[in-house]
Amino acid sequence: MIWQLELIIYLLLIASAIVALRAKDLLAAIVVLSVYSFGSAFLFAILGAVDVGFTEAVVGAGITGILFLAALYYTTRKSVD
Amino acid sequence: MVQRSDSIIVGIVSRFMVPLIQLFALYVIAHGHYSPGGGFQGGALLGASVLLLRLTVGEQPSNLVFHKKYGTPMSGFGVFIYAAVGVAAMIGGGVYLDYANLPIAGMEPAALRSLGILLVETGVGIGVMATMIAIFDDLAKGDFHD
Repeated sequence: MIWQLELIIYLLLIASAIVALRAKDLLAAIVVLSVYSFGSAFLFAILGAVDVGFTEAVVGAGITGILFLAALYYTTRKSVD
Repeated sequence: MVQRSDSIIVGIVSRFMVPLIQLFALYVIAHGHYSPGGGFQGGALLGASVLLLRLTVGEQPSNLVFHKKYGTPMSGFGVFIYAAVGVAAMIGGGVYLDYANLPIAGMEPAALRSLGILLVETGVGIGVMATMIAIFDDLAKGDFHD
């Protein structure tokens, strides 16, 4: 294990999780959530679970982002009364 | 809030990437019992490639690749392949999904196991791909680019 690389990925995960929670723009939150999934996929691959990392990269970073995007299409920035 | 992008770069790059993603997905499915990957990951990659076309080039061109009316039937067909391989092994005299008892004459049990896992992975891949696309089509309801 390369502990420096793991530390960088852990810091990236924490930072991207905070940004995804606090972002005002929902599209930006989706993109940062995909970054979070990709970082955790890296972490799984480093820890030896290559199959889990592959699934996380495909589903978490790919499919989930697209489905969130499709749901976001039906939202508006301002509420309509 | 999300509008269609008319950028020519996005269209060209996605149309260039989709065949490569699909080729890699077929490799992941077919090579799944030697290396990481398998039916689920390959099927999710195939579904993601079609969803990329749905998002970038629009509804009508991407229907040429995978028409939206095939979403639910194909997911059922994938489950059918999985179940049919299992029941065929039962007909051959074994238990459910016991590939060594598949009723194909003149093959070694090792070769039968290799063939059986490939058939099952293919069924899982088709099922996962069609389910991903069907979920997206039901969410987007076809007016994603109108």
